[in-house]
Amino acid sequence: MMDVGRHPKVKLYTYSEVEKVSGYVGNFKVTIRKKAKYVDETLCNACGECAKVCPVVIPDEYQMGFSSRKAIYMQLPQAVPSTYVINMNNCLGNNPIACGKCVEVCEKKCINYDMQDELVEVEVGTVIVGTGLEVYDPTQLDEYGYTRFDNVITSLEFERLICAGGPTQGHFIRPTDHLTPKTIGFIQCVGSRSEKRGNPYCSNICCMNTVKDTVLLKDHYPDIEIKVFYMDIRAFGKGFEDLFKRSKEGGVKYIRGIPGDIEEDPETKNLLLTVENTTAGKIEKYNLDMVVLSIGYVPRFKNDPVQQLLTLSRTQDGFYMESHPKLKPIDAPTKGVFFAGVAESPKDIKDSVTQASAAAARAGIILSKNKLKVEAITSMVDKEMCTACEICYRACPFKCISVDREKKIPAEIIEAACAGCGTCGAECPFGAVTMRHFTDRQIISQIDAILDENPEEKVVVFACNWCSYAGGDMAGISRLQYPTSPRLIKTMCSGRVDEHFVLYAFQKGAPLVLVSGCHFADCHYIDANRWTQRRVERLWDKLEKKGIRPERLQLEWISAAEGQKFAKVMRRVDEMMRKVTKEEIEFTKQALSDLKPKGTKKVKVTAKAVA
Amino acid sequence: MKLSEVLSRGAEELRVGVFVCECGLNIAGSLDCEEVRKYAETLPDVKVAVLNKYTCADPGQNEIKKHVKEHNLNRVVVASCSPRMHEPTFRACIADVGLNPYLFEMVNLREHCSWVHLHDRKAATDKAKDMVKIGVARARFLEPQIEKEVPVTNKALVIGGGVAGIQAALDLADTGYQVYLVEKEPSIGGVMAQIDKTYPTMDCSI
Repeated sequence: MMDVGRHPKVKLYTYSEVEKVSGYVGNFKVTIRKKAKYVDETLCNACGECAKVCPVVIPDEYQMGFSSRKAIYMQLPQAVPSTYVINMNNCLGNNPIACGKCVEVCEKKCINYDMQDELVEVEVGTVIVGTGLEVYDPTQLDEYGYTRFDNVITSLEFERLICAGGPTQGHFIRPTDHLTPKTIGFIQCVGSRSEKRGNPYCSNICCMNTVKDTVLLKDHYPDIEIKVFYMDIRAFGKGFEDLFKRSKEGGVKYIRGIPGDIEEDPETKNLLLTVENTTAGKIEKYNLDMVVLSIGYVPRFKNDPVQQLLTLSRTQDGFYMESHPKLKPIDAPTKGVFFAGVAESPKDIKDSVTQASAAAARAGIILSKNKLKVEAITSMVDKEMCTACEICYRACPFKCISVDREKKIPAEIIEAACAGCGTCGAECPFGAVTMRHFTDRQIISQIDAILDENPEEKVVVFACNWCSYAGGDMAGISRLQYPTSPRLIKTMCSGRVDEHFVLYAFQKGAPLVLVSGCHFADCHYIDANRWTQRRVERLWDKLEKKGIRPERLQLEWISAAEGQKFAKVMRRVDEMMRKVTKEEIEFTKQALSDLKPKGTKKVKVTAKAVA
Repeated sequence: MKLSEVLSRGAEELRVGVFVCECGLNIAGSLDCEEVRKYAETLPDVKVAVLNKYTCADPGQNEIKKHVKEHNLNRVVVASCSPRMHEPTFRACIADVGLNPYLFEMVNLREHCSWVHLHDRKAATDKAKDMVKIGVARARFLEPQIEKEVPVTNKALVIGGGVAGIQAALDLADTGYQVYLVEKEPSIGGVMAQIDKTYPTMDCSI
């Protein structure tokens, strides 16, 4: 912590949050909100006189509420930067008549109630996401009585009670009578590995954390009796088994079985724990002075704007999704963004540090270059066909199109900023926009290839590159079986799927068309898939007016992690396809027989040019 | 006449090469790759269709290079796995023999066909043929693209000042890059700073 605080190449922004990110790999523009600390950190020498006179007493979050802090406080004694801050939600100083005591005693004159949040803009080439974790709140597991029984604590609370820097200076006592417990039980997998309550995944660290806690306790209090209730002890890492052995040799009893109930003796506040010992095959009861719930990790959802700012996705367990689970475990799907630590999955300190170094190395690959090649997939405008209607500008999520309707200046794409979603191309009513590498004629030729033979047996599926196509990959990797009728056409974004593509497919005899894209929060082009939604809704209206069942056009959001959903949707569209009759298909062809390609004018021009 | 024919593609003569990958038994296990290869030969503008055991491996890539030169191919279609896996591999491969990397199309036979249709060889083979047909159809209209170079800002942002963020920031800073480390709490340290001793070595967390 100290090293990073004083490193000349590291600029720390604490009490700060990332508010806005724009740009792309190699060239991100980031706005950071520096929340007002109301203390000038360059002047504060952490003398602490301010906190002594502050009249506001608040439970100390760092000490898990076992002691108190003031409204002006230092988060922890070793804080980096070493400075006090005022939490304005706690402070009375908003109204100087009410208080203002800290200002009076501060010799350095570094407290300022009028301080404002500051917005700082920085430019960076890469971003490393190390947003960390929350811990599981075991209150909902009522049988353990957490918050009802004072002597039932969590493993994180345990850390504060055993720590020399904790509220008890490391004297391990139980909350009710402040005496060192003679018997203590640890319950494993609290909030982890349960399909019903808590989370289905293993939180990775809790087994070894408990093993460590037992060794610590035995070091401090050799006579303490310790029981650990577990389903499996996962001690798989380097040096882990040794520590587990040391714990057992120290006399810690490991009992295989997760307790079903805890009762409290109202007099002594002791705890009576009931467990099915699955090794012995019988119900056992234990009298304990104290119980520690070994709680798991949960992904950080609250106050996490990072997901949207960097267009990240999450896997089913809620942790951030990596680019590839084996080959690119550090990279985010967004180029130039990397993961470090538990934001990506539960892991211990060693693994977090390892991944962080890997992320630094991965980021270094980009940073070490002066120039970086970016994909050439951007759009371009045929100025002769453009009527300067500004529709493309409105559709562009990146606002990288310059156009002026009043002055009749045709649209022009700012290519360096264009991310290549193709929404402008799909929205342009005049066919003036060409999306490189995903041109109309490329896509039309794919539709032709699908529907040339036996069109009634096929489902035309438009899948976006990042989510739904990758969801299809995930279905494959997981060997999830589905019928053979779907035929995928990949576009970078579902925003590229032109009305004309869909109508053309129906005109060619497609029984069913599916448009699929990322979930709204996951769209890799900010909100381009909102345009997909609007367009599909428009199409449903159009189809209905022409007497075509709108259900024959389906819309689904499938994330890269949702292999199961992908397979399920494929099975469903296959079933729907089979219900479309030959007569219906014939009727549709007739109803759409006057369909003309968008920008017909352009077709003539091109054909003529070639002729 | 089909619309795709109307939308003409220019004067250059098209010479498409198709490479069908068995991926060991990953693809060949559930569909008939040789039948797919033969079918590919019949598609418009396809000059050569080749079967590989592993197209991504060096021998497979050498095969692609050999045929590009031998048949003067100007479009390459590889029917193997997901482009998310090997598109960069094959783009680099054809660039090596002087083709623009965007004149390449990938057909995802593994993730989108053989692995999801394990139990009906006939249906899987038919779908694979269709998928190659779609790939070739698209390939015929591919155009060369130029990848632009953008400047790189040699600075990094690290979001989160826990143990992972601290380590990443230090490593990058020690390499010589300017790092901005953003932490939402008043102090860095994260959850790690709340932990007393750490396993397996029982040393202090801070």
